[in-house]
Amino acid sequence: MTTEGPIAELDDVTFGYTATPVVEDISLRIDPGEYAAIVGPNGSGKSTLMRLVLGLLEPDSGSARLFGEPAHRFDEGSRVGYVAQQANAAKEMPITVREVVKMGRFPHVGYGLLSAEDWEIVDRALDVVGMSAFADRPVTQLSGGQRQRAFIARALAGEADLLVLDEPTVGVDAESVDAFYALLETLNDDGITVLLVEHDLRAVTDHAERVVCLNRRLRFDGPTEEFVDSDALAETFGTAVSAVGESG
Amino acid sequence: MTASPAFLAGTSLLDAALAPAYWLLAEWSEFMFDVARWTGLGLLQYQYMHRAVLVGLCIGVMAPLIGTFLVHRQLALIGDALAHTAFAGVAVGLFLNAVLDFGVSPYLTAIIVAMIAALSIELISEVTDAYNDVSMAIVLSTGFALGTTLISLNAGGLSVGIDQYLFGNLATVSRENAAILLVLFVVIVGTVALTRNQLLYVTFDETAAEVAGIPVNWYNRTMVVLTALVVVGAMQIMGVILVAAMLVVPVAGAAQVSRSFTGSLLSSVVLAELAVIVGIGLSYYGEATAGGVIVLVAVAIYVACIVFGRLRTALGEESAAETARIDASSTDSEAEPATD
Repeated sequence: MTTEGPIAELDDVTFGYTATPVVEDISLRIDPGEYAAIVGPNGSGKSTLMRLVLGLLEPDSGSARLFGEPAHRFDEGSRVGYVAQQANAAKEMPITVREVVKMGRFPHVGYGLLSAEDWEIVDRALDVVGMSAFADRPVTQLSGGQRQRAFIARALAGEADLLVLDEPTVGVDAESVDAFYALLETLNDDGITVLLVEHDLRAVTDHAERVVCLNRRLRFDGPTEEFVDSDALAETFGTAVSAVGESG
Repeated sequence: MTASPAFLAGTSLLDAALAPAYWLLAEWSEFMFDVARWTGLGLLQYQYMHRAVLVGLCIGVMAPLIGTFLVHRQLALIGDALAHTAFAGVAVGLFLNAVLDFGVSPYLTAIIVAMIAALSIELISEVTDAYNDVSMAIVLSTGFALGTTLISLNAGGLSVGIDQYLFGNLATVSRENAAILLVLFVVIVGTVALTRNQLLYVTFDETAAEVAGIPVNWYNRTMVVLTALVVVGAMQIMGVILVAAMLVVPVAGAAQVSRSFTGSLLSSVVLAELAVIVGIGLSYYGEATAGGVIVLVAVAIYVACIVFGRLRTALGEESAAETARIDASSTDSEAEPATD
């Protein structure tokens, strides 16, 4: 599906679970085809910001729009693929990779059965993420990296325009993390907009094109190479992140 | 039992609504008499056993069908909570009959009270941000407290009637209650069949389901209401105290031997039916309480599933942990992402 205008747009958004705001005065625009990463220290509000973008939370003030509609009333769920930390999915549930991926078609089929065309799309999504050989394997028997690939395949099966990932590599071994980010780059090259919430600064500076740095308020929003050399990096994370600048 | 079809002064109304179920019961009974003639099985020579077997078979489908979604959402104890509120519902019905001569079936009051309790569990969690187990504990305690209070207010009249609901009894499955259960069966199985996609998505990954546009709260409420209906349906054979077991034990057994969700769902139904049929047979010939025997058989099957699962692993099938390690070290790095 082609997308005109911004994919997501926050305008002066403030939100708090109590009287104290968790995010404050945030303005942000994600355009089609971008690969953006939201970073910040623990408690900086990055997951809350992601939930505001997805419409799972409604701003206390300001506005959040998704594909041009108020985010909390956006009802074309299949246009957004969501990948959580692997710990958040039902880990011990007996379910195969193909059963997980077919969930991506549920917003399309509603109460009905998957058609032959739906199953073709599911198989294609499995192929894109390199999981065809594991289609009938229980998710419980996958490594962390493979499991996250299966969730990305679910988003692809839904034909999502926007892929939102919330710290997707927590608990995934280092080797698998590299392959996972290579997959995200490939998908972004194919036109899928990627919005990543990530604690791993090295991964962000190595892969994302744009960094949104948050610590309740927006500290930085711009190209990754500028972020690496910016004062925002040291101000937000302290001196412990100097290695990021060197690697980047 | 005290069940009267005079609910809401509607003898004819309720009977008319249940007419198709009564017809089905009559046909089923004819079939069971034929089976008794062919096989010589003594327990099928009595009409009350025909009803008990049919109700048991329905429970064997309904309970694991709902239980599969509950167990994998870590809501296994919700059945216990709702069983205790169903007990309160029975006490309400018996109280109304004893004190006000209301003529209501305790089975129907149990359905109403359990459904209110089911929605209360969701409401408490949503309004107070409490964990689900906190709201379940509150509803369980309230249900049990209400039940015991109502019984104590009229101990002589109620204590005799309450036993059959606490412990279940094959012989007390009345024609009316069996017919109501058939209606519940159609409602529960039909709802799950219709909403299976949404229930699966919400069960597996609630946040992703919400992002995908599925009204998660609505399906959560649907699930707890269906659970309440199953609990009340199973209560007459299993008894309040054991009813939750049929929601959990066959599902836990199926999880030991299944690789897929569909396989797990079907296996749990097969295991539950096995427990029901063997349990009813043993309880009849052993003159024991059906609910207890059915649960003991289900637990034995569960243990057998664990042993089978472990044996299968030992004999060469991949264990989850081992495979995860193997895959992490080999396949992730090998599997290059394909490009379109």
